Amino acid sequence: MLLARLFDEKFASLYRAGKIMGGVFLGRGQEALSVSIGVHLRTGDVFAPLIRDLAGRLAFHEPVLDAARTYLGSVQGPMRGRDGNVHRGRPKSGQLAMISHLGAMISVVNGILFARRMRGVDGTVGVASYGEGATSTGSFHEALNQAAVEQLPLVVVVANNQFAYSTPTVRQFACDSLLARATGYGVAGAAVDGTDLGACLQVVGRAIAQARAGRGPQLVVASLLRLCGHGEHDDAQYISPALKASPAGRDCVKVAEQYVLQQEWAGADTIAHWRAEAAQTIEAAVVTAQRESAPDPFAPHYWSALASQHRWERREEGS
Amino acid sequence: MSITYLEAIRAAQARALAEDPRVFIYGQDVGAFGGAFKATKGLAQEFPGRVVDAPISEDAMAGLAIGAALDGLRPILEMQFADFSTLAFNQIVNQAATLFWRTNVPCPLTLRLPCGGTAGSGPFHSQMLETIYAHYPGLVVLTPATVEDAYSMLLEAVAIDDPVIFCEHKFLYYHLKAEALPTEALPANEARIARTGRDLTIVTYSAMVHEALAAAEELRGEGWEVEVVDLRSVKPLDTDTVMASVARTGRLLCVGEAFPWGGVTAEVVARVVSEGFDLLDAPPMRLNAKDTPVPYHPNLWSAHRPTARTVAMAARKVLHS
Ligand SMILES: Cc1ncc(C[n+]2csc(CCOP(=O)(O)OP(=O)(O)O)c2C)c(N)n1
Repeated sequence: MLLARLFDEKFASLYRAGKIMGGVFLGRGQEALSVSIGVHLRTGDVFAPLIRDLAGRLAFHEPVLDAARTYLGSVQGPMRGRDGNVHRGRPKSGQLAMISHLGAMISVVNGILFARRMRGVDGTVGVASYGEGATSTGSFHEALNQAAVEQLPLVVVVANNQFAYSTPTVRQFACDSLLARATGYGVAGAAVDGTDLGACLQVVGRAIAQARAGRGPQLVVASLLRLCGHGEHDDAQYISPALKASPAGRDCVKVAEQYVLQQEWAGADTIAHWRAEAAQTIEAAVVTAQRESAPDPFAPHYWSALASQHRWERREEGS
Repeated sequence: MSITYLEAIRAAQARALAEDPRVFIYGQDVGAFGGAFKATKGLAQEFPGRVVDAPISEDAMAGLAIGAALDGLRPILEMQFADFSTLAFNQIVNQAATLFWRTNVPCPLTLRLPCGGTAGSGPFHSQMLETIYAHYPGLVVLTPATVEDAYSMLLEAVAIDDPVIFCEHKFLYYHLKAEALPTEALPANEARIARTGRDLTIVTYSAMVHEALAAAEELRGEGWEVEVVDLRSVKPLDTDTVMASVARTGRLLCVGEAFPWGGVTAEVVARVVSEGFDLLDAPPMRLNAKDTPVPYHPNLWSAHRPTARTVAMAARKVLHS
């Protein structure tokens, strides 16, 4: 989570320097929750992350270069300049490349889990990560109901960070807690303090283990606060100082550091060393991505959207 | 023996399921019940676990098919009516259609859309949506007009590595018959000359092929020889066959059952005019459904869509200009 926090900070500074095309979206304040997903996933599992999931992606073995290359538009990134920033992925490695439309990835995860079952592959878990705003979409509802009907090993992690862009939760839903929805869908539900790394590891870990053990879909709802704007273009003036000072506004990275120190798992100098190491890794990735070529608009492969293109072309030549 | 358009669709699915373990069918009521139109009749029993009932969740149905395709399966997704695919629009045009281009991982799924009008079906069980889907990069859109094509093109749809929108016409389901299933077929992307002629080319697809053929027969009585081109696939669009036909006849009428704004007929006319203006001896013409929702009452319905009579009227206009 430290690596993710520092990487995000690097992207923010590159954005301010005008080095990044398009938006930059940070996971500041959500690293504890996100990383708890990544560390519990295994090779063969599926993760549909959202915009604030750099920590979870890295923990689920997304190459450090992927984020740098995608943000900086390197042709060597997984998206080859076709899509940017957080819309990256490697479907073959179980890291799905999201579409922007909120809620839409859950049923795709369902489909992969459904296919695994049909092919007789056991033990796969799929996690989809969303904010509380996305819970209001039809896709979210359809997909959770579908997963429940099919009893798929799906875990949906909802980060209730109190705002969807600028919209507070009172304008998003009217139930007391999103956890109540779990009962409605007939899936297991668990709440967690998203600022507490230990709690997140435990609750998310348990949900993933339950799904893996065949106990059906799991909904985890975490409460926390987005410690940044919606994107780096947004100063988030709509977040009140009182909310920032509330327990939900704690910085999960600081909380985790204090916990590590308290438990004497590591000293201040070790943490400083981790930071320096992470900074070095990030610097190297950014320098590499910056040196790489940008996409070439004259490369013909950019301008064909069909995997079956050759099928049609061969026929044209042959006829 | 004779086989209907609908039976051909069922037979193609049975064959796909039998030949390829990656194929499965997902849709509302497709399982034990055999589908609203019985296009999957008996398949759940014949292929246990591979013909699966879905909740009424078009968005999630499409999402599940996309995920399964990503994981290497070959889903056939049945929409109960094409009209309801608008609820899956996001998954189809934003997720499925962009997936290969974005990630280099193919998304081989077949989306079966029972489309088009039948008398008494009204605004929400009659729509033609090929234009909407053809607009989006990354989709293949097939519109079979014959029993043979319903069979062979559905099999090809399952084999294609891209999302295929398979527009099967409900008006053709029961009354269109063939002697037997085909043993060979044209590739899906090639248009077919359904009737040869030298005076006028009518370019059309799906159920309108039969209205155009009937109009051509009527016009023969008046001394005209009308060529009918069945596009078969609206995307990719076989411009070569269209252009070659117009080169022979010098006149073009495009007929479609979809709403008139833009669409397949407009696309064909635009291509012929911009690439083959010199071939034309008269202004080309389009004939589509009217610019209103599809009406329920048979009197209104048959005036809303092109019919052999209105196709013949439009053809006369082009022939006399
Ligand atoms: C279906 C849809 N509508 C609108 C948007 C635009 N949009 C992007 S992020 C966002 C806010 C999302 O809030 P939430 O789901 O709570 O996640 P958070 O940003 O708080 O992490 C909106 C409205 C979108 N991406 N998708």
